[in-house]
Amino acid sequence: MTDPASAPTKRTPLYDLHVSLGARIVPFAGYDMPVQYPTGILTEHQWTRTEAGLFDVSHMGQCFLVGPDHATTARALETLIPADILNLKPGQQRYSQFLNAEGGILDDIMVTRSAVAEEDGTLMVVVNAGCKEQDFAHLAKHLPNTIKLILAPHRALLALQGPKAASVLARFAPDVASMQFMTALSTKIDGVPVHISRSGYSGEDGYEISIHQDKVRWLADRLLKESEVKPIGLGARDSLRLEAGLCLYGHDIDTTTSPVEAQIQWSIQKRRREEGGFPGFERVKRELADGPMRKRVGIKPEGRAPAREGTEIHDEIGNKIGVVTSGGFGPTLNGPCAMGYVDTAHAQIGRRISLIVRGTAMPAEITAMPFVPNRFYRG
Amino acid sequence: MGTTHYTKDHEYVRVDGDVATFGITDYAQSQLGDVVFVEVPKVGAHLKQGAEAAVVESVKAASEVYAPVSGEVIEANSALEGTPAIVNEDPEGKGWFGKIKLSNKSELDALMNEADYKTYLSTL
Repeated sequence: MTDPASAPTKRTPLYDLHVSLGARIVPFAGYDMPVQYPTGILTEHQWTRTEAGLFDVSHMGQCFLVGPDHATTARALETLIPADILNLKPGQQRYSQFLNAEGGILDDIMVTRSAVAEEDGTLMVVVNAGCKEQDFAHLAKHLPNTIKLILAPHRALLALQGPKAASVLARFAPDVASMQFMTALSTKIDGVPVHISRSGYSGEDGYEISIHQDKVRWLADRLLKESEVKPIGLGARDSLRLEAGLCLYGHDIDTTTSPVEAQIQWSIQKRRREEGGFPGFERVKRELADGPMRKRVGIKPEGRAPAREGTEIHDEIGNKIGVVTSGGFGPTLNGPCAMGYVDTAHAQIGRRISLIVRGTAMPAEITAMPFVPNRFYRG
Repeated sequence: MGTTHYTKDHEYVRVDGDVATFGITDYAQSQLGDVVFVEVPKVGAHLKQGAEAAVVESVKAASEVYAPVSGEVIEANSALEGTPAIVNEDPEGKGWFGKIKLSNKSELDALMNEADYKTYLSTL
């Protein structure tokens, strides 16, 4: 059978834990994943905004690029992504994208330079679950022989997100309290090696913890024993990231959208904008100079009705000017919110638009993102 | 106190004389999860059995609610617009969607009674 829908779904090392916690399991990116636990998405979302939520993100792809020194490895990866990796400091992390020759986004990724001096020349890359096979093939095909690609399917990944995440995790690994947003370190929890970055996908302060698959259940159980920690499913992960204005690959960004259209050009540092040397540079350069034809914007519907992915966006006189790429209900916002692409001429904040929901034009407004202020830890 | 009938799509309809109060069952609300928006039927609309009558949205997705019987909508539960969570709390009581003046009582024969619906749920 070649039908992907009929392929057996994979399970993360925490599958049994999710089931024992009463999770509703759904297929996601080829994995059986918890979409919610018995208390429901709204409660999980609010818990993450006020306490600390534990997410199993072990389905995501983890790999290491190992070269003779940092400059060699960084330059090799820079041929595939538009971020400045060369000037990453040890232990620093950056968000970037694999681009195709037309400047479209193949995947969005996190790149971390090892904080350990003996590992200089090693970059850790975390990619989306649904793209990981193609990403690893892409890396294997394009990296020079001097760089070794080491896949890490034996590593699980936990995210601990929320305002209490730092105080909770510091009980296990005191070093994490003083980490800056978008930095990483390697440490041990009760003798077990862990790689921890201060990052996430909720808009809150928090961490992602990479740990061996045989140890992740032990760590998840210990974290869940802390009174501030509850398990959070994919449903709340999506509503949290939507309120935070963060892109979901395959929805808000894909091979047809460029980083400038997606308004993530902050992730392309000055040196790369000037020097280029990455796929799609011509398009990125042109769009940075002249502005893109369309832009990703925040959208606030006036009423209570959510506008879902695929909803047409019209101007005041009924011309189609764009489409919603993610939309739903924002539990912290206590109302609907969405993001989508509109023609640049209509992309100003405050612009009145219409959303065509079930055939009816609903009034809405272009707004700034995030919808809920980010609370990343910057010291 | 009227008789309650059920559809395979998990709508219920409680009949009192020629007026039918309908909504979604407790099973349906538990499957949907937290309800965040309800588009209730419009008063005066003529619904056809099995056609779209309302929309219920959870955090994750929008779902159509079908008219369990045909007839004219004579009342809609406007409380759901401000407090959609009533659908989770009391789906077959305060969480009703609309009241329909039955145009064809024989349509009820095609629906399940409570015992049949419980049996049906046990097969899902």
